[in-house]
Amino acid sequence: MRRFAALIETLDGTNKTTKKVAALTQYFKKAPKVDALWAVALLSHRRPSRPVTTTLMRTWAAELTKLPEWLFEESYHIVGDLAETIALLVQKEGTASPPSLKDCIEEIIALKPKTEEEKKQYILHQWKTLSHLERFVFNKILTGGFRIGVSQKLMTRALSKAVHVDETILAHRLMGQWSPQTTTFDQLLLHPNPEDQISQPYPFFLAYPVEEASFFSKENVEDWHIEHKWDGMRAQLILRKGKHFLWSRGEELITDKFPELNVLTDQLPSGTVIDGELIPFKDNCIGNFQDLQKRMGRKTVTQKLQKDIPIVLMAYDLLELEGQDLRSQPLRKRQQLLDRLLKEYPTAPIMLSEVYQFTDWEQVRREREKASEKRSEGLMIKHKEAPYGVGRKKGIWWKWKSDPKSIDAVLTYAMRGHGRRTNLYTDYTFALWNEGELVTFAKAYSGLTDVEIKKLDQFVKQNTLDRFGPVRQVNPELVFEIAFEGIAPSSRHKSGIAVRFPRISRWRHDKKIEQANSLEDLKQLLQ
Amino acid sequence: MPLLEFTSKGIYCKQADVYLDPWRGVDKALISHGHSDHARWGSKRYITHHTNVPILQHRLGKVVVTGKKYKETFRINGVQFSFHPAGHVPGSSQIRAEYKGEVWVFTGDYKTQLDGISTPYEPVHCHTFITESTFGLPVFRWEDPTKIHQQINQWWAANQAEQTCSLLMGYSLGKVQRLLKHLDPSIGKIYTHGATEQMTEVLRPFIDFPKTELITPATSKKVLEGNLVLAPPAVMGSAWMKKLGRVSTGYASGWIAFRGARRRRAVDRAFVLSDHADWEGLLSAIKATGCENVITTHGYTELFAQYLNEHGWNARTQKTQYASETEEILSAE
Repeated sequence: MRRFAALIETLDGTNKTTKKVAALTQYFKKAPKVDALWAVALLSHRRPSRPVTTTLMRTWAAELTKLPEWLFEESYHIVGDLAETIALLVQKEGTASPPSLKDCIEEIIALKPKTEEEKKQYILHQWKTLSHLERFVFNKILTGGFRIGVSQKLMTRALSKAVHVDETILAHRLMGQWSPQTTTFDQLLLHPNPEDQISQPYPFFLAYPVEEASFFSKENVEDWHIEHKWDGMRAQLILRKGKHFLWSRGEELITDKFPELNVLTDQLPSGTVIDGELIPFKDNCIGNFQDLQKRMGRKTVTQKLQKDIPIVLMAYDLLELEGQDLRSQPLRKRQQLLDRLLKEYPTAPIMLSEVYQFTDWEQVRREREKASEKRSEGLMIKHKEAPYGVGRKKGIWWKWKSDPKSIDAVLTYAMRGHGRRTNLYTDYTFALWNEGELVTFAKAYSGLTDVEIKKLDQFVKQNTLDRFGPVRQVNPELVFEIAFEGIAPSSRHKSGIAVRFPRISRWRHDKKIEQANSLEDLKQLLQ
Repeated sequence: MPLLEFTSKGIYCKQADVYLDPWRGVDKALISHGHSDHARWGSKRYITHHTNVPILQHRLGKVVVTGKKYKETFRINGVQFSFHPAGHVPGSSQIRAEYKGEVWVFTGDYKTQLDGISTPYEPVHCHTFITESTFGLPVFRWEDPTKIHQQINQWWAANQAEQTCSLLMGYSLGKVQRLLKHLDPSIGKIYTHGATEQMTEVLRPFIDFPKTELITPATSKKVLEGNLVLAPPAVMGSAWMKKLGRVSTGYASGWIAFRGARRRRAVDRAFVLSDHADWEGLLSAIKATGCENVITTHGYTELFAQYLNEHGWNARTQKTQYASETEEILSAE
């Protein structure tokens, strides 16, 4: 654990990618393999399930540090990270040798069924004996969410350097559900057994937003496939050995959430992997994203739910056919095979995402304008000759989203941020006018520059009307243009409307709050 | 009537008709130390500790300023005043005011740690203690500064070995000199940014510092390789910084005690080194004064005052215009 904590410190201490990769590579080479495997698991967001609630941790920490609970809570809001707050407040520098990473995590796993008193005893003991940094890492493992500025891609690159296995092959081996409790470093990364891996998905290939200024003048439209960008949930469907598996982009197995796809095992041949988008589809119409969320939100998928919100897979890529990995084939070829395959099985709950071929970019632009009519988010632009890549890579797949809708709203509340935004007011709530009052309609966190964030932080601190824990109500004085993707009626929101991906597009210094939009204006956008 | 009151111009002693660290121009101002949020322009007459005289003249131009020694008492209309070491930066003083047996102390800014350049903090007995609380939260606790200075020298030596220039940033009055004092000149040469050089020059008559050399347009990247450059934080990412060639960036501040703040700064190395008292420092200072009343002026004022109230003091908060809550005002110096 000491070695892992030192790694975290090094990773934290630099913002240079090369240094991060070097530190990780060094760690993977030097650490015992059992520890290295757990490190890979943690850095790819596979953590043991939480044995205690954070509420208990907070209470115990306040007790141990002899601080009033309110002061502990305030400290937490200001630090913005529970693991770090506890690490800072328990002012002990243990010198005893800490357990290995593997032992520590296994102890945490073993904690789960124990009594609260036993849990408390164990955790307090660790807090008191670990050093500051180890205590922080220990808390991070307990609470999860190991965000330390290391992407999975970066980790895979370092791992590749350490074990001398190609990065894309490793990325694939790291996909899906595995646990250091049931596999070993060698088994998972060096000598995987294909028999164990029938459920294993391929790494998803991701698109970049198109660079409008240069792309269209540089590229020949005939080299590109144009498709609509479906507004659903990205998923990979795997059919192998008579079973099927459905993976989300977050590498969650979501097979059980979509029982209507169970019939596919009879309808499509084994050894097939399809990349596509899950979308609600009823009475020959594509539904909206909120419907899909309703389905994802339910624990059990009832017959009624399936009937109310039926789901289909909108397929756009074929990654495996007859057990052969097709990813190195050009898109053109993969698309033909997908087209042929789906034509053979017309009754399957799978639709083919239509591919358009245009002769000039103006036609593409006009197709993009049909996005809301076709219920898409815009267009995808994919190179015909390109292989299916790993992760986000520039130049092969582009997304060209529809222009967002926007509205001018008033800043009413602000909350302190987390992580990099610790101790700055960066999480904002915006309101619109309704019968002379300001009604909350959205929260937004992104879109401002660092300089604007600092200015706004100052404003919040100097214009606080009221405080509610980490939240401050501010003088309604500033107007911002809020952009968003989708809009739908909602009974859960006070305003009666839910917007998707709200973000700040501009600080409207030129507008007074009286000039902000009204809820009525927003409703107009519902159409 | 309280001996010191809070007015729109600053902390005011009506009996003596003087202000303490006023934020508007007044007739007579007692100044705790040279930072720009405490020593402001526009007053007719300034009284401060000796060391601050050249600092004020450097910062505010031609001002009328009188210097006093630590603990030297002087009377203004029956009120006895004196300056006492605050340990914050060279010259920094707590201001003691006594009238008819009642004693008030205004701390300005202070720290209880030793920094090697400022006269160490001395507790002063009083009835009412007006204290800063910049880091008045229990999450702030400073490590032994000798350890931090060692880390800085190790970082420099490692950069030296890679022939990379070390750019070490800290604010121009106090922090940079504290850093300079503890640099190991056997590792290499120490260069300075103009702002840093000027302020260090002002303090050289009082303190023995290692030799420094000002960076000019004629300074080549080549000569900087492996050496160290001291500069204010504002140079981060500037054109000036780009001219230094290959650099490893280091920043010393108390504000980067949190990971998030460190990441936001985006420097290669963050050294947690503060010229303000940490939580324990504040509490021990308050205890040592034997005071009954505490007024917190800047920083995490409300939380700190609430804690003090729960622990037997009569504490309250007063709004002032001293830099608080945010590091940016300080680093803008």
